[in-house]
Amino acid sequence: MEYILAFINQHIELIYIVILSVFLGVEVISRVPSVLHTPLMSGANAIHGVVIIGAIIVMGKADPENYLALFIGFLAVMLGTVNVVGGFVVTDRMLEMFKGKKK
Amino acid sequence: MIGSSVLSIIYLIGSVTFILGLKMLSRPGTARNGNLVAAGGMLAAILGTIFLYRVDDQPLHNYGWIFTALVIGTVIGVLAAKKVKMTAMPEMVSLFNGMGGACAALISIVEFSHHSAMDGMVVIMLLSLIIGAVSCAGSIIAYGKLAGKIKDFAFNGQHIVNLFVLGLIVILSVLLFTGISPTILFYSVCLLSIIYGVLFVLPIGGADMPVVISLLNSFTGVAAACGGFLYNNPVMLTGGILVGSAGTILTILMCKAMNRSLKNVLIGSFGGSSTAGGSTGEQGHYKEISLADTAVVLAYANKVIIVPGYGLAVAQAQHAVHELEKLLEDRGVTVKYAIHPVAGRMPGHMNVLLAEADVPYEKLLEMEDANNELATADAVLILGANDVVNPAAKTNPASPIYGMPILEVENAKAVIVNKRSMKPGYAGIENELFFQPKTSMLFGDAKKVLQDLTASIKEV
Repeated sequence: MEYILAFINQHIELIYIVILSVFLGVEVISRVPSVLHTPLMSGANAIHGVVIIGAIIVMGKADPENYLALFIGFLAVMLGTVNVVGGFVVTDRMLEMFKGKKK
Repeated sequence: MIGSSVLSIIYLIGSVTFILGLKMLSRPGTARNGNLVAAGGMLAAILGTIFLYRVDDQPLHNYGWIFTALVIGTVIGVLAAKKVKMTAMPEMVSLFNGMGGACAALISIVEFSHHSAMDGMVVIMLLSLIIGAVSCAGSIIAYGKLAGKIKDFAFNGQHIVNLFVLGLIVILSVLLFTGISPTILFYSVCLLSIIYGVLFVLPIGGADMPVVISLLNSFTGVAAACGGFLYNNPVMLTGGILVGSAGTILTILMCKAMNRSLKNVLIGSFGGSSTAGGSTGEQGHYKEISLADTAVVLAYANKVIIVPGYGLAVAQAQHAVHELEKLLEDRGVTVKYAIHPVAGRMPGHMNVLLAEADVPYEKLLEMEDANNELATADAVLILGANDVVNPAAKTNPASPIYGMPILEVENAKAVIVNKRSMKPGYAGIENELFFQPKTSMLFGDAKKVLQDLTASIKEV
């Protein structure tokens, strides 16, 4: 229990960000026309690829002799990159099709 | 010192671009730019981290490894995203999502391996591990199912087993804090989470897959946000939580459209029961209609409403249907499309497909408008849709899809259903619509049938 209390105290600012972001996410999304649901899901999918930053940090601070950590980190960075790059490119492809027909 | 202040500002800008990006993505006019804005923010955050991040005042190292991984990942990502067919988009998104989940779980594994104290950070690592692993395993199963590589699989007491696995994950996680062999417990939790992810998605029928992908998408968001706590990193936190809450809202919207409760989704029980309880066993009589007759019905109608479904997507018939629509319009027939929110495999799937074929926006009717207009239509042409037009959703309380809003096609003067065979739809239940006197069946692959129809109408 004290772990949790100490944790909350140490990270109170981050917790505020979490709570505000939850409401922000709800506000932003609830006004989306259903036409855009698939591209939106895909775009959101690319955004959570931000987890790659954690992978880069893991990789960048790993001991160059620790091959296991390097290998896992390598895998993590690679998978994260596929998530980010693939996600944004696929979303762009979908939205490209919406563009032409507005004229 | 300057470097880390600059990095903080880059993270701030990154967070703002994610919010702006999502906001712009929610409007048709700005959507594409919104995606680019978010991508730009992401690029800045990634490059900033690589060059400016400091651990105990030391820059990051292993640049060779990092850049190799980035290049390989970029090549795979671009190739996969460029090559995928529009119809296979849902499974692609699912696969990308699984990779994000795997990334989060792997980060946890490495961090745990050199973390000695038992503190709040371990809770975060466990959360990130569990959510990431569930999301990854679940997404891969969802991908396999949508790609037709994995069949539906359910056994009796499935959700009891699921709950048991979930309980075990929680118990082992709590035990971990007693400090007795934490490493073994940590890896056991990882393994169990993968098993849970598999069990969770395996029994769910394809009709419910949009809900699952959207839910797993928000899971990965939360896992990414855990990384924000681990590294005290605001951009990971905002990005992750935004996706987490946005994905949850999207999931709830989808659940509402299908009359499911989110609780049922989480226990992983819904698809299994629908295969078991739905079939009435009684086939009844249906009548077939020839291509030539269909051509006449459509050509001499005042108003035709087309209901596209997954069959259209599978057959890649979006261009063929647009050809037919243009031809009918030239003959003075009003043609519109009735779009059910969960037609296809993802919400908005049909809109994306029809957009690809340059079908104008104003021809697409959302469900409510469609139901108002269906009564005035002379003919409804259903292309590979099934559950979304099944009247059992309104009339049969025993049906697993009872209560789901449907397109009320039986109000139109005539209904023509194009399917490949009489096989039930994805929910695995019979559709009494096919046996009604108003309904005629036109069997065949949607694309072939549409092309032949277009040719026949030209001759009428």
